[in-house]
Amino acid sequence: MRDDTVSRAAFLAAVSDRSAAVPAGLVGPDGAPDALRFQVYRNTVASTLTEALAASFPAVVRLVGDAFFAAAAIDYSAREKPASPLLFRYGASFPDHIAGIASLAAYPYVPDVARLDWAWLQAYHAADAAPFGADDLAAVPHDALAGLRLSPHPAMRTVISDYPVVSIWAANRADETEAAALPDQSEDALVTRPDIEVLVHRLPPGGAALAEALASGRSLEEAAGHAASIGGFDLGESLSVLLRAGAFAKPTP
Amino acid sequence: MARTSPDHVTTAIPARAGVSLKLDHVGEILNGADIGFFEIHAENYMGDGGLPHRMLERIRERFPVSVHGVGLSIGGDGPLDGAHLARLKAVVDRADPGLVSEHLAWSTHDHTYVPDLLPLPYTEATLATVAEHVAQVQDMLGRPILIENPSTYLAFAETTMEETDFLAALAARTGCGLLLDVNNVMVACTNREADPDAYIAAFPLDRVGEIHLAGHHEDRDAAGRTLLIDTHDRAVADPVWALYEATIERAGRPIPTLVEWDSDLPDWPVLAREAARAEEILARLRPAKELRHAG
Repeated sequence: MRDDTVSRAAFLAAVSDRSAAVPAGLVGPDGAPDALRFQVYRNTVASTLTEALAASFPAVVRLVGDAFFAAAAIDYSAREKPASPLLFRYGASFPDHIAGIASLAAYPYVPDVARLDWAWLQAYHAADAAPFGADDLAAVPHDALAGLRLSPHPAMRTVISDYPVVSIWAANRADETEAAALPDQSEDALVTRPDIEVLVHRLPPGGAALAEALASGRSLEEAAGHAASIGGFDLGESLSVLLRAGAFAKPTP
Repeated sequence: MARTSPDHVTTAIPARAGVSLKLDHVGEILNGADIGFFEIHAENYMGDGGLPHRMLERIRERFPVSVHGVGLSIGGDGPLDGAHLARLKAVVDRADPGLVSEHLAWSTHDHTYVPDLLPLPYTEATLATVAEHVAQVQDMLGRPILIENPSTYLAFAETTMEETDFLAALAARTGCGLLLDVNNVMVACTNREADPDAYIAAFPLDRVGEIHLAGHHEDRDAAGRTLLIDTHDRAVADPVWALYEATIERAGRPIPTLVEWDSDLPDWPVLAREAARAEEILARLRPAKELRHAG
């Protein structure tokens, strides 16, 4: 190999890490190595990843501010590289990264808001499917209800939180300038997309446990038993919210 | 999922002006835009369903569509990502596009994706690899694709061929067409202190199936030399319009022309005006019987 050959690995290392050496075989118009021009590639990569994360986590951007978010995104992208060209799939572990940021310790709800942003994005890109509604449930013979198994709708996600995550998230996704009064109790979120619009709902106590147990393939009776250990759980109430939201898919014939 | 058949709109891309499709603009577009075609970034439609798929269907019912991939890493030195190629095929099957294009660039190495179109040296060895990749994509899609000239900021000391010769050889070897990005010509030629007119004169214009125009940012390097950065975040610069006009005149035929605008998105009328400016230049070379906007 000649001295001036630039390996892809060396280019990749230099573009991803500002402290790495710029390959000497990359030259400017005078034929000399030009590390400053190489910054254009580094800047593009860093800003594209930051913008991709900002687009995926808009409520987090609003909560922590552009500058703090950009710093967190740069830090994350230094450790976590995209594995695919689908940038809307990049950032699955960003909520966990945020949870580890010491200076956000006083704002412990931010990682859950990030999880809800991520759930929203997954629902937005999920496969289309007709939801299993209350009418479909009414058509199930009474003696088959206990053993009923439902398929999760491809867009259905839950976020279980110790904080009023739905209220905080909603206040930071809307174009509101005044801070809304926030409830002080915890909220579990259900994200669905029965048609084209992504919907975010508050779940009653045990509703998330019921949804997740049903989604994992348990029968209605088994799932209700699983959720019953949660204080305040009401099967009729939770099931009604889940079905109205479109949490399950109509069986395909 | 059932798809509305787009059979009442032609698939072929007309020799008119088009623009990059942005979901923010779809409402106004469907409200009566007169645009030759819309181009989509393939990767933005590689989710499983939802709004992007629905909006693409709506647009495709009314307009021809071209598919522009940004993530296949055709210039990579390893094998193409088969899963990504399959996703591209799925988008092409859904969109029924008149043209499919990708870049003379790489973005994936050793399973890591870099969100940029990185340059490659022009040598016999890279030509052989790129030609193999283009042939593989064309086999998979069952159609020829267009390959776009890159915007570059640095050159490779190891390069042995002119970019125009590399692209001409690639087209001859694989049967692919070329996508001539006139803004990239201005950016790359300025950055390597070469003459953009000479680049166009050396370009195999007979292989060009589409032209791209876009805005760039003008900067200076450490030595005070002009450094153009391909940003797609503003209107097309006047020198690029002039180079475009000279290119169309040299080609002697109207060529489908796309105005790209990918960040700091303008309101729809601003983008539509950019397309109208390209349309005026194309109309001068379009045979009178094909004129859609006479007077």
